[in-house]
Amino acid sequence: MSTTTTPTPKGPLGQPLVRREDRRFITGQGRYTDDIVLPGMTHAAIVRSPHAHARILSIDTTAARQAPGVIAIFTGQDVAADKVGGLPCGWLVKNKDGSNMVEPPHPILVADRARHVGDQVALVVAETRAQARAALSLIAVEYEPLPAVASLAAARAAGAAQVWDQAPGNVCYDWHLGDPTATEQALKAAHQIVEIDVYHNRLIPNAIEPRSAIGQYESGTDSYTLYTSSQNPHLIRLLLGAFVLGLPEHRLRVVAPDVGGGFGSKIFHYAEEALVVWAARKVGRPIKWTAERSESFMSDAHGRDVHMRARLGVDKDGRFLGLHVQSQANLGAYLSTFASSVPTYLSATLMAGCYTTPAIYVEVKSIFTHTVPVDAYRGAGRPEAAYLLERLVDKAANALGMDRLEIRRKNFITQFPYKTPVALEYDSGDYHATLDMALAAVDYAGFPARREASQARGKLRGIGFSTYVEACGIAPSAVAGALGARAGLYESATVRMHPTGSVTVFTGTHSHGQGHETTFAQLVAEQLGVPVDSVEVVHGDTARIPFGMGTYGSRSLAVGGSAIVKATDKIIAKGKKIAAHLLEAAEADIEFKNGAFTVVGTNRQKTIGEVAFTAYVPHNYPIDKVEPGLEESAFYDPKNFTFPAGCHAIEVEIDPETGVVTLENVVAADDVGTIINPLIVDGQMHGGLAQGIGQALFEEAQYDESGQLLTGSYLNYGMPRAADFPFFKVGNHVTACTHNPLGAKGVGEVGAIGVPPAVINAVLDALAPLGVRDISMPATPEKIWRAIQDAKAKAQH
Amino acid sequence: MKRWKQSELVPVQVELNGVQRRGLCEPRVLLSDFLRDTLGATGTHVGCETGECGACTIRVDGVAQRSCLTLAVQADGRCIETVEGLAQADGSLCELQHALRERFALQCGFCIPGILMTCAEMLKRRPLPEDEQIPGLLAGHLCRCTGYTDLLAAVRHTVAEVRRREAAHPASAPSVGVHDA
Repeated sequence: MSTTTTPTPKGPLGQPLVRREDRRFITGQGRYTDDIVLPGMTHAAIVRSPHAHARILSIDTTAARQAPGVIAIFTGQDVAADKVGGLPCGWLVKNKDGSNMVEPPHPILVADRARHVGDQVALVVAETRAQARAALSLIAVEYEPLPAVASLAAARAAGAAQVWDQAPGNVCYDWHLGDPTATEQALKAAHQIVEIDVYHNRLIPNAIEPRSAIGQYESGTDSYTLYTSSQNPHLIRLLLGAFVLGLPEHRLRVVAPDVGGGFGSKIFHYAEEALVVWAARKVGRPIKWTAERSESFMSDAHGRDVHMRARLGVDKDGRFLGLHVQSQANLGAYLSTFASSVPTYLSATLMAGCYTTPAIYVEVKSIFTHTVPVDAYRGAGRPEAAYLLERLVDKAANALGMDRLEIRRKNFITQFPYKTPVALEYDSGDYHATLDMALAAVDYAGFPARREASQARGKLRGIGFSTYVEACGIAPSAVAGALGARAGLYESATVRMHPTGSVTVFTGTHSHGQGHETTFAQLVAEQLGVPVDSVEVVHGDTARIPFGMGTYGSRSLAVGGSAIVKATDKIIAKGKKIAAHLLEAAEADIEFKNGAFTVVGTNRQKTIGEVAFTAYVPHNYPIDKVEPGLEESAFYDPKNFTFPAGCHAIEVEIDPETGVVTLENVVAADDVGTIINPLIVDGQMHGGLAQGIGQALFEEAQYDESGQLLTGSYLNYGMPRAADFPFFKVGNHVTACTHNPLGAKGVGEVGAIGVPPAVINAVLDALAPLGVRDISMPATPEKIWRAIQDAKAKAQH
Repeated sequence: MKRWKQSELVPVQVELNGVQRRGLCEPRVLLSDFLRDTLGATGTHVGCETGECGACTIRVDGVAQRSCLTLAVQADGRCIETVEGLAQADGSLCELQHALRERFALQCGFCIPGILMTCAEMLKRRPLPEDEQIPGLLAGHLCRCTGYTDLLAAVRHTVAEVRRREAAHPASAPSVGVHDA
């Protein structure tokens, strides 16, 4: 598949440069949090609740305190006595009646009650990691187990155990969006109503680097440092400093060094980060905590776990008239940092998809259960919308006897900007183009022959599509704020030109696999006309970078890159003043191109390096007009979301004897806006597709009725491995975003958003001849085999 | 077999990437922790401590092995190779590292040290693995970032290059491998 439909670039922008960060990773010189050793450092381990719901009657630490190497033990009582605050939630969602959602406390160590398996009960600090872990078993916690609710259904049942007294029926909020009256009228007028009921399986993010945190207190300066595996160090500093420990920000430094994958799970402020900082001061020595993998499974925020029912009204020609969605989202036992926004503002707002459905109404009830908190995971809310819609659209085509591509094309939005009935305004896109591109890449014309060939071998072959749209770079801040966001959603950058012409860029975004050190260097090299190698990118340390919001929601290029462009624009504007002085010309006559300031219409010029040198050695300098130095900062607050979109096509072959699905063809044709580095874009696509296919075929976090996590290790959680995937075919058709200076949209999540419905649609297409009409994710061999057996049994009666 | 007390500090000596290194550790200490915490060789990563993710894979006397499933005391007197030892002394990358970099086979980089060590062993095998065997040979490693697509392409490319060279110069066969960039 051709990689892009844009012409080959001349400058650094758009070049497939190899990543500069790779050298340190492939030589073992990366520096992840657990690699850091501080003088006098101690190690922490955490006692976690083995019960989903239990009263803590007593904690006896006597034996543990005498164990070798143990320095201190802290419990929830110590935390409460110190008046340590709880972990805050970053988004206030309102109920239908305008009242606030229920916001229960989220203590960093629980004092009287544990609310999920893995809830943190006590902290042990010891000389070594092994000693800290060994002491855990010597702490005797007396629990009184209480009834627990582990699923949406259990939590909503009559007489269900309550997670929080202040949340009757375990409801956190009951929210809605859209026009109920118009939607009901549209459904009444419809030729046919198509209904669907889907469950978005619960997932465990599983970054391969376990979460890790080191807290340090320096009494000489009365200052704190937290090293943490985070996607957003400034956000952590704000939450930890202002809400949890009450520390002044100028005395609190947060460093997120190399981070081994995040996928959303490292956005959130976790108890362990606060614990190591708080306890480091008590102990008087630095404290490191690194999760064991089993702790990751039961303490990293999980993803999805949403149940949806929907009704789509269509006319006899297949036009969508109205859509009513009712969704229930499992939030777990506590509100994680952005949990409340995921099923609402990140999901319900996408219910138009890429279709012109004129009336939409979405109702969302979010529910507490005795499970690990659920929050944003790659895609965050948007995969749920895409999955619901793309399953529903296939179902509508079946109901009307229409072709599933024709029904999509008939309803595609083609005029931009387009205002949806669910609060968004799409700025750009070309949904027909990405669909055409995918059809060509998957060789749709050749599919019937391939299906016949499979049949001849006793196999079932199917093809499935999804045409999705998503929203990245949540913004503008004022709008998000009006909708309940408790943070700004801008991004920051400082561009520092050095006297000899090299450049350091300080970005508020964070790279944990995305390759910003390369992409942003390419961007700045293009803007300033300097070599890529003379641009250094710094991120991840609040002591070095300007206040920034970090990396999530595919925002880094669209929002962070735009901030960098704004800062380089300021550099160029100031450079023009300096160059005008040096060239004895009017500032208006100076143009900047390819790294040089030129007097228009002449060959008189000064390179940006010469201008930078003059700025720092201002002997011949317009000192009355401009200050010395060449360093500029910018904050960019986007005017709108960006809207990546595309078509994913999946071809599968199923062995009816075993239910095993073989992926024959994985195609993704996407519009992610302007591309800076196609290698990195392809890589982001591949990773997103792998996680999306993981959700569709392999992965599911499961609890038993008592709230025990059944999938607590790699032995029983289905992580995709190298032999599970064919070669992914990815390509791009670029329409530029109209409201940011780069035209960038975002690529981090599109794979995970678009592909799950395409996989399930393909599986159902393969099983259709047997009469199988529905299957839930993950479509495991067992599930498929049972569906085939059930269909056969039905056919015989 | 020699027995130690739990709290006893045991001397362990290994040849780590060609250099003799010595450290003291409790008998229960895992080789992964000994390398990282005692010897400061943090290139080897720990992702699960149960042998399932493969990030901690090293080579012990030439054999790829999970360092999280090995006790440090078991490695006493052994020859250990880790990711830090793959590049040449002058810093130039080995052929495999080069291919991974050129083909964008990694993203966050956390799983890569283990994958490199498994591949390094794979490249020493004769006969070299066939293309269709390579996903299976890497199935003991979890990577959450890449979908394995570019990783497999890079490994296949390297294997093909070694095979091509050996076919052209059969005499030099034993000497070619990971270090011949």
